Amino acid sequence: MLNDFLNNVKLLPWLIPVGPLLAFFIITLITNRSKMVAATSSEYADHNHPAYPGLDVAVVSMPGRVASIVVGLIGILSAWFIAYTVVGHALGTTNLGEEVFGSSIPWMATGLTSLNMGVLVDPLTTIMLIMVPLACTMIFIYSIGYAAHDARQARFFALISLFAGAMLTLVVADNLLLLFVGWEIMGLCSYLLIGFWFEKESAYKAAIKAFTTTRVADVIMLLGIAYLYAATGTLSFRDILHNQAVLDMLASTPAIVFSGISAASLIGIFLVIGTIGKSAQFPLHVWLPDAMEGPTPVSAMIHAAAMVSAGIYAIIRMYPLFEAGGHPHAGLLTPPLMLMAVVGSFTAIFAATIAVAQNDVKRVLAYSTISQLGFMMAALGIGAYVAAAFHLITHAFFKALLFMASGSVIHGMEHGEHHVHEHAGHDGHNGHDAHDEHEVAVADAHAHDAHDTHEEHAHAPHFDPQDMFNMGGLRKTMPVTFITFLIGGLSLSGFPLLTAGFWSKDEILADAWFGTTEGHGAASLVFVLLALAAFLTAFYTMRQLGLTFWGEARTEEAKHANLGQGLVSVTMTLPLIILAFFAIFAGFVGVPSQFPILGPILSPEHSWFHHFVAPTLLVEPPVAPFNWFPLLTSFVVALGGLGVGYLMYWRKPLLAGEPDPLIQILGVPLHTTLKNKYYVDELYVRVFVIPSQWFAREVVVKFLDGTIIDGILHGTARVFTWIGDLIKLLNIWLIDGVGDGIPELIGMFGAWFRRIQTGRIQQYLLLVLLATLVIVIIFIVSSGVLVQAAAGG
Amino acid sequence: MIPLWMYLLVAAGLFCIGIYGVLSRRNAVAILMGVELMLNAVNINLVAFWRYVAPGNVAGQAFAAFVFVIAAAEAAVGLAIIISIYRNRRSVIVEDVDLLKW
Repeated sequence: MLNDFLNNVKLLPWLIPVGPLLAFFIITLITNRSKMVAATSSEYADHNHPAYPGLDVAVVSMPGRVASIVVGLIGILSAWFIAYTVVGHALGTTNLGEEVFGSSIPWMATGLTSLNMGVLVDPLTTIMLIMVPLACTMIFIYSIGYAAHDARQARFFALISLFAGAMLTLVVADNLLLLFVGWEIMGLCSYLLIGFWFEKESAYKAAIKAFTTTRVADVIMLLGIAYLYAATGTLSFRDILHNQAVLDMLASTPAIVFSGISAASLIGIFLVIGTIGKSAQFPLHVWLPDAMEGPTPVSAMIHAAAMVSAGIYAIIRMYPLFEAGGHPHAGLLTPPLMLMAVVGSFTAIFAATIAVAQNDVKRVLAYSTISQLGFMMAALGIGAYVAAAFHLITHAFFKALLFMASGSVIHGMEHGEHHVHEHAGHDGHNGHDAHDEHEVAVADAHAHDAHDTHEEHAHAPHFDPQDMFNMGGLRKTMPVTFITFLIGGLSLSGFPLLTAGFWSKDEILADAWFGTTEGHGAASLVFVLLALAAFLTAFYTMRQLGLTFWGEARTEEAKHANLGQGLVSVTMTLPLIILAFFAIFAGFVGVPSQFPILGPILSPEHSWFHHFVAPTLLVEPPVAPFNWFPLLTSFVVALGGLGVGYLMYWRKPLLAGEPDPLIQILGVPLHTTLKNKYYVDELYVRVFVIPSQWFAREVVVKFLDGTIIDGILHGTARVFTWIGDLIKLLNIWLIDGVGDGIPELIGMFGAWFRRIQTGRIQQYLLLVLLATLVIVIIFIVSSGVLVQAAAGG
Repeated sequence: MIPLWMYLLVAAGLFCIGIYGVLSRRNAVAILMGVELMLNAVNINLVAFWRYVAPGNVAGQAFAAFVFVIAAAEAAVGLAIIISIYRNRRSVIVEDVDLLKW
């Protein structure tokens, strides 16, 4: 059975998600065995969890943790291995666009049609299968070090295994329903992982926010899926997207509502809204920055390998449907494409401006993710199908790298903080008087309990290990992290020629420029906004790098920040190095063949990436002809942004306590607005959260619950009480009257009748005599003795 | 020969005297004596009917003998009760012994 699978490349994709999913079940059911220990025990010691004095907490034993890590790793490695076997076959197939690998089984019969579940490997899936397992595996390896001191390691590995399994399911799915299944499992995983440190209020609130926000979009997406199924009777990608008849039918049918547009457009809009939620586009972007509350590998997972990529992947996958009825390369945009172009390009610039003013090292990256996803969305909106897919892949590599590198920085900062604190403790430097004395006493009492005291510091409000203004000069103590972060950052900025980010971003701009030269308004808008966003991207990346690594350490903690020695340090730097490799070289697969000098060397015939991915579509999208203008734009915005960043943050590095020079340039009001993310969160709180709370409190609780439901209940109760009273009266008067009356009468009769019982024996005898006489007389009369006697004479 | 009805008449008279005694005397001993009269009236009847109606059987005589025995026993028990009452109440007047009532 297994051999059949392993030998048949059409069946092999079924096995790709199995490893991680199995790992999830094994860890959850078997290796995640926990026992209860006191919360103050050294077994439960981690700076990320507050101690609960006097409480017992569940802790997985050391062998259980190791087993969980091993199981998780085996799961993802098996997925990687199988995926790359499939990819190997796929790359060796000449016309994969036509001869896809895949198989499906009928899953659920619905009337005349039946829903099929199956797997599909076409060029688009293939490139995703190159990226996803690789990035996931790196994240897993990184997590070993990152979560080394976490008491809930096993749970963590179970959840990221499920996450990876869901993403792989989504990637290999051959129909929209299975894609949606993976999509929703990821939604659940992101909720569980963002809220992984659920003791922190901000963490569980972020988890709820992420879940609720994506849910809004998912419901609409499900509506689109249902409509698509109703309209076509199938959800299979090949049957819909690779079938011109179905696409034409959908494009020519008017939609059931908003009759001005076609069914294809309405379904497309629904699906795009799903992606707006999943890929955190404006206006549903608010959950992604808050998702930073989760552990850093989770951020990498969400931002690069899985969650948000899934959103873009879904719209890339469904692109023919959006395009149906329009012709983006001739300037004829359908409503969903228009929506994508506008939302995408607006989000790109919108998020980039916010990222400029953020001080939290992870939040800058979060907004850059939103911005970059906007690039992809906008690219897709103007028909740059291949460019969007290309940017999705390169972005996944360098963003996973950046997140893990920033995680290393934070880890290093916490390490440094720990170090600083220990020194303060041993030197007897009692800055905090009683507080410190208490800590020292605790440390003396429990010789090994360094973690406890450490923990108190981590939660002290005065030091934030994620604030870039507390860093500076980290290049000296964390050189590997610095170099890899630099590579990732340059790739994100689109540093010309060398980095992967440059090639993918350049391709998007080239496509947008191509549209502009053809005279299409949407393409011009996208070009201008994306170019501006690219400039800001380069600028904030330089700002981040400068604040974090350049100059001198601005705090004691930063001076001592490092990853330490041993396994933790190795597992946290090895993935960075591997991903840094891809952040540079992944771009060379998509160099346009007409590109001066490099083109003929790297892509002698045609851009490999374009040539490979384009056949996914029925009608291959054209290659944008080479033009100097977008290329120069790419150069100028990338180098310009980097240059401005250099001038402001590298040439004269900030000293401790010095304010951000950006404040002077932008002015305080603008900077504050950007720093507060245009107050979108506050707006949502005003517009959605507070009214819903008001609605819940005033309308639901007071009116609906208090007045109507309670009214009905109390009213019913009152009616029945009244009826009960009535019945009680009836009972008293009638039933008790009859019931008590009869015995009473009998009693009265008895009282009267008992007088016959005088106790005098002679009276009794007299009565007996009388009775006997009466009986005898009756007997004589009735028997006729007298008559006979009379007759006899 | 003396006809049967004469015997019956004597017995009936004796019975009536007995009943009268029982019902009208206040003294318990007198009541007992009345009862004895009634029993003996019945005995006369039994013997008379035996002699005139079924002289072949001894049933009448046997019954009369039973009645003698029972009358003796009854008199013994009755007197014992009367003595007991007397000891408790210092009275043999039946009207004083009217506890057997409601």
